[in-house]
Amino acid sequence: MGMTIAEKIIARAAGAEAVRAGEIHTVTLDYLMSNDGTTHLTIDMYNKLRNPRIADKEKLVWIVDHNVPCDSPKTAASQKKMRDFARDNGITFYEGEGVCHQIMCEKHVVPGQLIFGADSHTCAYGALGAFGTGVGCTDYLYGMVTGGSWVMVPETLRFNLTGKLADRVTARDLILTIIGMIGANGANYHAMEFVGDGMKNLTMSDRISICNLCVEAGAKTALMEVDDITLAYLEEHGGRKPAACFKSDDDAVFEKTFDIDLSTIVPVVAKPHFVDNLAPVDEVKGVKINEAFLGSCNNGRIEDLRLGASIIKGHKVADKVRFLVVPASQEVYRQALREGLLDIFMEAGAMIMNPNCSVCWGSCQGVIGAGEVLISTGTRNFKGRAGDKNSFVYLGSAATVAASAIAGEIVSPYTY
Amino acid sequence: MEQFTGKVWLLGDDIDTDIIIPTEYLALKTVGDMAPYGFSPLRPELASQIKPGDIIVAGKNFGCGSSREQAPEVIKALGVRAVIARSYARIFFRNAINNGLLLIENDTLCNDVKEGDEITVNVGESIEYNGKTYPISALPDNLLDILEAGGLVKAMQKLNGIIK
Repeated sequence: MGMTIAEKIIARAAGAEAVRAGEIHTVTLDYLMSNDGTTHLTIDMYNKLRNPRIADKEKLVWIVDHNVPCDSPKTAASQKKMRDFARDNGITFYEGEGVCHQIMCEKHVVPGQLIFGADSHTCAYGALGAFGTGVGCTDYLYGMVTGGSWVMVPETLRFNLTGKLADRVTARDLILTIIGMIGANGANYHAMEFVGDGMKNLTMSDRISICNLCVEAGAKTALMEVDDITLAYLEEHGGRKPAACFKSDDDAVFEKTFDIDLSTIVPVVAKPHFVDNLAPVDEVKGVKINEAFLGSCNNGRIEDLRLGASIIKGHKVADKVRFLVVPASQEVYRQALREGLLDIFMEAGAMIMNPNCSVCWGSCQGVIGAGEVLISTGTRNFKGRAGDKNSFVYLGSAATVAASAIAGEIVSPYTY
Repeated sequence: MEQFTGKVWLLGDDIDTDIIIPTEYLALKTVGDMAPYGFSPLRPELASQIKPGDIIVAGKNFGCGSSREQAPEVIKALGVRAVIARSYARIFFRNAINNGLLLIENDTLCNDVKEGDEITVNVGESIEYNGKTYPISALPDNLLDILEAGGLVKAMQKLNGIIK
């Protein structure tokens, strides 16, 4: 019997010939990523160990991205703890460089790896053919000290993509549509694998966007095959070479296969307060907004900024509406600068922020008040996620966000 | 077999980690400081009403969202003895076990039970409520070991004595 990509990556990490869904295996991890959301807690636990040691510091990557720049004495203290520990222990450390998953994709992840991240959206690394999964800080600590962990091999839901997305329909619309279709726990404990002819029409940016959001369907990880587009991305980003390139075998077992024609996808939004609370954009047209956000690990890449800029060029942000544009990394920021995109946004009245998680996690930038409405390319729209518990977050694509920022209300991306 | 009885707090489907502990309170110094804000976006008064030994009963996908480990820690800090839900989001599930918080899966109790009522849990076997018995399954041994040690860090201590 053949294996899925998820099974092959876990088999590799477990040093086993073959593994099957449902089995529990002890694995060696390739990377352990952690950010300023919880690293200070990990350090506190580490310091309580007797004779603590780091199994392999080369595997640790620590990234300050959630509160950058620091917004309070409390976060300053927890970030100082993280910075000092990283320096004292020779841990790879980034600060202000960008959102953790974007940095991992740009600089570290290679196909075939098994990676734990102390952040739920670690499943983004599937875009590079790697098995990324989110864990809490206790699991992280265990991996940091032992170099490994235990994992249950997930069943796989397979998505066979054909065709091409229409103009101004994005990968974000696709993955929101899929989450709406299978539900917020539709892939709980599962791997989501994306294959098919349609993949050749999806850029690396699209692929990261798709894999990144799979946790909102409960997925343990998301996976894609490595192709020329993946290899070109790795080459352009430091000339990285795959550890292993896996495809599911013809006789691998999938719990279910979905066929999706990309040309049938339309612009959608997720309404408050659940990511699977899906509606076509046209259905919520006219909802007044107070703020628009273009950024995050889901949609803060150069392709998203190009799309947003192409729509807002020559227009102005609506009166009394704040439009936050937050490149996902310094690389994206500088590229946008070179292409004149930041000029276009500023000309329109947008605020350009430094690369960070921003209002997506409702802490250091652009937090919204009671009764306010945000249209966002962020990852979540849970009650209170972006600020006050009585505020409202709609999730949509870069195109929908940019068009809505002009209109001052949610509108179709085809409006301008 | 361990048995306990507790008062029920009833919650719905998709109780996410931002509801369990909102982002704005994560910067507080200790989990004890955060606990009064547990569940505040949904029910601001709930944290002050929960008493040690109480039980949370909920619907599907409990703990969905972020990997923040403060979520199960806050529930534990409130003194909740166990959570019984139709299903759990996987990161929350691991985090809860790793922090010694007992999670039980049951598909129907949440439809029958009334908030404020008492239920009795026979760990790994059944729940008793209103004269009815709801079967529950036992956790795998490796997870039970972690739970019984009081969490993964303490289990590590037991295994290889590396904790102070």
